[in-house]
Amino acid sequence: MSDAQGPAVELIDVARRFVTPDGKAVAALRDFNMSVARGEFVALVGPTGCGKSTTLNLVTGLARPSRGTVRVFGKEVDGIDPRIGFAFQTDALFPWRNVIDNVAAGPLFRGMAKADAMELARKWLARVNLSGHESKYPHQLSGGMRKRVALAQTFINEPQILLMDEPFSALDAQTRVLMHEELMALWQQNRSSVIFVTHDLEEAIALADRVFVLTSGPATVKNVYTIDLPRPRVVSEIRYEPKFIEISHTIWNDLREEVQRGAAAQERAA
Amino acid sequence: MTDALSADAPVALPATDHEAEARNAARNHRRRVLFWRWFILALMLGGWELAGQMGWIDEFFYSRPSLIAVRLWQWATEGVDGISLWYHLWVTMEESLIGFFTGAIAGVLVGVALGRNRLAADVFSVYIKVINSIPRVVLAPIFIMLFGLGLASKVALAFVMVFFVVFSNAFQGVREADRALIANAQILGASPWQLTRSVIIPSAMSWIFASLHVSFGFAIVGAIVGEFVGSRYGIGLLINVAKGSFDAAGMYAAIVIIMLVALGVEQIMTLIEHRLAKWRPAPLQETA
Repeated sequence: MSDAQGPAVELIDVARRFVTPDGKAVAALRDFNMSVARGEFVALVGPTGCGKSTTLNLVTGLARPSRGTVRVFGKEVDGIDPRIGFAFQTDALFPWRNVIDNVAAGPLFRGMAKADAMELARKWLARVNLSGHESKYPHQLSGGMRKRVALAQTFINEPQILLMDEPFSALDAQTRVLMHEELMALWQQNRSSVIFVTHDLEEAIALADRVFVLTSGPATVKNVYTIDLPRPRVVSEIRYEPKFIEISHTIWNDLREEVQRGAAAQERAA
Repeated sequence: MTDALSADAPVALPATDHEAEARNAARNHRRRVLFWRWFILALMLGGWELAGQMGWIDEFFYSRPSLIAVRLWQWATEGVDGISLWYHLWVTMEESLIGFFTGAIAGVLVGVALGRNRLAADVFSVYIKVINSIPRVVLAPIFIMLFGLGLASKVALAFVMVFFVVFSNAFQGVREADRALIANAQILGASPWQLTRSVIIPSAMSWIFASLHVSFGFAIVGAIVGEFVGSRYGIGLLINVAKGSFDAAGMYAAIVIIMLVALGVEQIMTLIEHRLAKWRPAPLQETA
């Protein structure tokens, strides 16, 4: 890391096309430019199916750009970077491992001694308030608890870049707010760069420093909004502040157009 | 019975009564099932015995439960033609077990290897389909010719019976592994080998176990068919000899032995599976 001040993640003129099983080429991204500073929390919002998740896959190295460059800490992405953590939309806990083995998975994969990994996992479970549930299996936990295990599993690797793909979309509204608080508390300590993909505009504003509004697919950045709400934020309260409502209104006016266009495109395709 | 289902009802029922009632209902249900099971068994065996005694069916061909029991007792205490029944049984079990374990291990290894390697899977799938279309028992004479009358030919037959079942399930299980789990493990830092060991194989495990349940039966089929075609010992040989001497009771007795062994192994397999799959949600308890 020679340039300690450079951005954590850069996508420069990126395009991503893929071919569907029935042979049709589909463009997911075009002329996509984004730069995320170190320690910055960025949210991507856009209409459903516009290619938001694709950006994350490009950063992990699980997918390659068809054109353009993706850089992580100034170096072009080439395989999975160990400094990256990923929070999935679906349940990605290993159902055959109990809670503590799930949390310890990362360190164990990376070659930490078993005893140390268990010790560390216990510490992280305490941090997400799940002490005492170590030997339960995922199916025995509630949706919110599973998400907390998943967060501990991700954060235990101390990622410098955290990619989140609609991680809380499957939760009910109340649990989701609790998870926002949990995430803010963890992020406050770890201060990684975060790219948070969501279709929930309020979630994006409440959490992020900057909100990127994407166009309907193939996605490109339409506008970027800086959210200058002070930190630390109380996520459960912030949505009632006048300033929040004002920002939310501005961005929604911008986003609505794309959502309508995206919905129309999907109906045509169906 | 609808009472027992209303556990979620907002009106709080006196809990103890309610639970006791559900317990009683469950116990009664179990008893009733057990009663009917024994009753039907007694009815069938009794009917068979009676029909034989009264001459409604020809004893020479159909035998009778009591004659079969006597033959079993004779075999167990005196042996068959000077060789202990247990030795015959052991020979068949040895063939089946070796065939089963080698077939299952090879099936899992090849299934996982091909499931993980797209190119190899596409290349070999056509050959596997061709070989799989051969009814396995026709290989028996060939194996006898190749490997002789001893253990090896029966093991080979049991092996091919087991291998394809386990292989195709392991292969399918690997292919069905959840993409999100794989991506998660990779990002958490799993190497390809760690990924196979701690994600791919566990998620294929329920598929593999489903195949192991049926394939032990196949292993026994392989061993016995091999013994029919040519052997010096084994339960298959007993059946063959009994057939040759028109000893109906002997044939049925051999079937009973095989049945008991297969049931026992099935039980053991279920126990092992439950132990390995303790992470899976328990099936919903039926209340009524």
